[in-house]
Amino acid sequence: MSTTLEPPGAAAPATGTPDIRGAAVRRGDRVFVGLSRGAGILILVTMAAIAVFLIWKSIPSLQANTANFFTTSEWSPDAKPVVFGIAALLFGTLMTALIAMLLAVPVGIGIALFIAHYASRRLASTLGFVTDLLAAVPSIIFGMWGIQFLTPQLQGFLQWLTTYFGWIPIFQNDLGIYTRSILIAGIVLAIMVLPTISAISREVFVQTPRTHIEAALALGATRWEMVRMAIFPFARPGMISASMLGLGRALGETIAVALLLSATYEINWHITEPGGITFAANIALKWNEAGTIGLSALVASGLVLFVITLAVNMGARLIIARRSEFSGAN
Amino acid sequence: MADLTRREHDESEALLHEALAGGHLPRWSALGVAAASVAVAFLLNLTTGVDGVAGTAVVAMLVFLVGQTAWSFVVEGRRHAIDRLATTFVYATFVIAVVPLIAVLGTVVVKGAEVISVEFLTTSMRYATPTSEGGGIYHALIGTLEQVGIAALFGVPLGILTAIYLVEYAPSMRTRRLAHSISFFVDVMTGVPSVVVGLFVYTAFVLTLGLERSGIAASIALTILMLPVVVRSTEEMLRIVPRELREASYALGIPKWRTILKIVLPTAMSGIITGAMLAIARVAGETAPLLLTTFISQSINTNPFKGPQAALPTFIWDQFTNGTDVSVNRAWGAALVLIVLVMVLYATAKLISRFTGVKSS
Amino acid sequence: MNITGKTAFAAVAITAALALAACGSDGGSSAGTSASGSSSTNCVSGSIKASGSTAQKNAMAEWINSYQKSCNGATIDYQANGSGAGIKDFINKQTAFAGSDSALKDQDKTDADARCAAGPAIDLPMVGGAIVAAYNVSGVDKLVLTPEILSGIFSNTITKWNDPKIAAANSGVTLPDATIAQFHRSDSSGTTDNWTKYLAAAGGSAWTFDHAKDWKAPGGQGAKGNDGVGAAIKSTPNSIGYVELSFALNNKLATAWVDNGAGAIEPTSANAAKTIAAATVGGSGNDIVLTLDYKTTTGYPAVLVTYEITCEKGGDAALVPLTKSFLTYTASDAAQATLSTTGYVPITGDVLTKVRASVASIS
Repeated sequence: MSTTLEPPGAAAPATGTPDIRGAAVRRGDRVFVGLSRGAGILILVTMAAIAVFLIWKSIPSLQANTANFFTTSEWSPDAKPVVFGIAALLFGTLMTALIAMLLAVPVGIGIALFIAHYASRRLASTLGFVTDLLAAVPSIIFGMWGIQFLTPQLQGFLQWLTTYFGWIPIFQNDLGIYTRSILIAGIVLAIMVLPTISAISREVFVQTPRTHIEAALALGATRWEMVRMAIFPFARPGMISASMLGLGRALGETIAVALLLSATYEINWHITEPGGITFAANIALKWNEAGTIGLSALVASGLVLFVITLAVNMGARLIIARRSEFSGAN
Repeated sequence: MADLTRREHDESEALLHEALAGGHLPRWSALGVAAASVAVAFLLNLTTGVDGVAGTAVVAMLVFLVGQTAWSFVVEGRRHAIDRLATTFVYATFVIAVVPLIAVLGTVVVKGAEVISVEFLTTSMRYATPTSEGGGIYHALIGTLEQVGIAALFGVPLGILTAIYLVEYAPSMRTRRLAHSISFFVDVMTGVPSVVVGLFVYTAFVLTLGLERSGIAASIALTILMLPVVVRSTEEMLRIVPRELREASYALGIPKWRTILKIVLPTAMSGIITGAMLAIARVAGETAPLLLTTFISQSINTNPFKGPQAALPTFIWDQFTNGTDVSVNRAWGAALVLIVLVMVLYATAKLISRFTGVKSS
Repeated sequence: MNITGKTAFAAVAITAALALAACGSDGGSSAGTSASGSSSTNCVSGSIKASGSTAQKNAMAEWINSYQKSCNGATIDYQANGSGAGIKDFINKQTAFAGSDSALKDQDKTDADARCAAGPAIDLPMVGGAIVAAYNVSGVDKLVLTPEILSGIFSNTITKWNDPKIAAANSGVTLPDATIAQFHRSDSSGTTDNWTKYLAAAGGSAWTFDHAKDWKAPGGQGAKGNDGVGAAIKSTPNSIGYVELSFALNNKLATAWVDNGAGAIEPTSANAAKTIAAATVGGSGNDIVLTLDYKTTTGYPAVLVTYEITCEKGGDAALVPLTKSFLTYTASDAAQATLSTTGYVPITGDVLTKVRASVASIS
């Protein structure tokens, strides 16, 4: 963009050079710059307002809390004494999101590859539409579907998993009950974030320069070698960005998880056993009956979630920025 | 076009094989291995604890992967074995994506179609109870159309303006840091959970500013959720407008703002519309923020600025929690209407973008 | 051609949707006169909002429906967003009255009184409910449980259906050798609060978790809402969970008889009404706060009472007439009679007389 030809008038306010078209042009541009910059600033103000309100409203509960906010699992902000902490919420949120990512990233990228480079063009556009539609299904429907349809279907598989892989601690299941678990919530979350990951990956796959692809094929690469050597290096920042957006959605998903999880406030590594709770689900489940301190505590947990999504996005930006500096693709 | 390359590649590969290479798997190999895998999965189904359609399918898939790769490795060698493995994986992921979609949509369509009728679409719940038949979603449909419509009225122009600033103005201005922070926080905004946005609107606008819980409060929350999607997609679309177009316009002495309005925006319009439609579709199904910002109603209220107003997501929520059979049926019916609504929006957007799209490159 | 065809189709579809959207109505008003004695209702036009307890949601829906049928000019919206949120809405002047699973106390009482500048906020017990242990065990048509057994099951110390304690209370019943799948609420709720109040009062040393809106005991699985627990029990063999009677009836679930020491009592609306009628009435002036006897042996003991909370004086002048008219209707014999048909428990006897007097004092 460094060599962009400057339009008449636009540079005038900055440099002070006289403009042949006169003040009317500059006024038009000023109004337009003002409007568009105003819109951008409004976004900044909104984000700042969200942060300020979350901090302000969470202070009362943090002051009243008698336990360590970060290491306590219990959630009794309206009890006396006030005891609440985010340990279990953090564990459940990260664990469900991790499972969702482990499943959704490879599958989402696979779908994107299929649509961009494997399927025929007509099939590809239909498939793109179909997978994108998943993004529009309300999350409450995913929750109901997860409980009524998916959970019964998974019972056999989960039992089999425990029988043959129970020696791995996370698949251990001492209760013999395989419903309302972190694993099932993770699977439903994976399905919910699939469209985000596949749609964005697909866009960047399609934009891979044809010269890269043809060069790889000309060297006798198999299709997979072409994907690995030509497409992935070019698309890696886009894939990371897609995954991070998916992760953001998985971290903050509310209603579906609230319906799916058993909501236990403890850290349980046995992910096929009932249990687990996430930040967002906890807000949905506790908001109704929360007292003054309880509401403030929920806002405090929302603040932590906000900070986590902020950190995730920062991380994604750093990775993308660093990658694009060294990538020769652009 | 990629097809052509692929076909050429496949053909040349086949020729090479005939001339030089060693063996390759027969054409029926994939089907054969698939059949064998399913058989093995069924056998495991009978002998071990694996049961259920999902469990059997997962096992069959694993067996297929191992079986075909091993065969290919022996006959064709390592590189082709890996290629086959990758191809299988890519196809499998597609099946994995389609299965849940069909399952979800199938459940909603089957359960929802039973209750959809003209009465269901044109009456409210004012004279229906959790235990009585009848009643409908009209009030919720009105609410959703108004709330989402107002959100779009705020969100789409704001998002497009922001994107114009980021793409058209910021690079040539001295305020790079402002643009950088806007761009960064737009990304962060995409990740802010809808329930946190709901909490924000509830605490800031309802508790602090004294706004009534109403359609407009919901619209504010939906606007915040919609904005980053509009900004991001518009940004992408503006960036693929060829620079030559802009420069040609500048060369004719047309000021920048007119260039943007008359040249850049029309060129990118279809993509922008698609992005806006996607954003609208995404927020139309949001439940959590509406529960915090609206007051659920069973009667028709066409005024989004005053009084309780229903919406489709909260209607679904409300009816599910009634727990009676007729209510749960109504919830599935409303879910079907919501999905059809979103599908129509989505399909409209796709059609517009397909037939009037900017042809890049 | 293709383009115009598809565009035209989309246009037709959207136009059809809009046309449909333009011809809707509240409908149903001509569906015959309501059975709930509309002649006695003193209609007031206008629109009020109320919110709170999810426990009384379906009862409110029936009442509002009947009231609006007889009084076309009135609109009442009740959002079942939970007692805590309902009380907050009331204090923040968002609503004309709040529904709550427990009477006002502590800071909430102070804040609510302050909201009603000219007079105190009053609690009016309006809807009763029975909390039942619903179960899904094939072949077991009648199950009798004592508070000790219920405490054991819900605190995870009794984990098998053929546990000797259960067998002792159910001689002659074949109990399966299966693990009990126990369900409780994953969300905060007054139902959980009242259920644990019962276990704490009647379960003695078997229940060590006191009472709270959040489930504290180990084991079991959480499900969201009465509907979630009801659906979970229905779809899970060998399960048990506590739900309000109406949800057990809706899901056609078997419900356990409870033996407080003097014989098993069936969980019915009528049996629960006896316990509520025998409650101790507290509260000063027109404020009515009930104290329930969870150890009763004459009625079904696990009951809850949900209150409507409103200003005795000093409510929003424009909303008081409709609020008063509606609450007068809900306290009427006709309205209370509809409760038992929907799985709720009517308020009866002296308590109801007092409630009517209190409603009459609202101004």
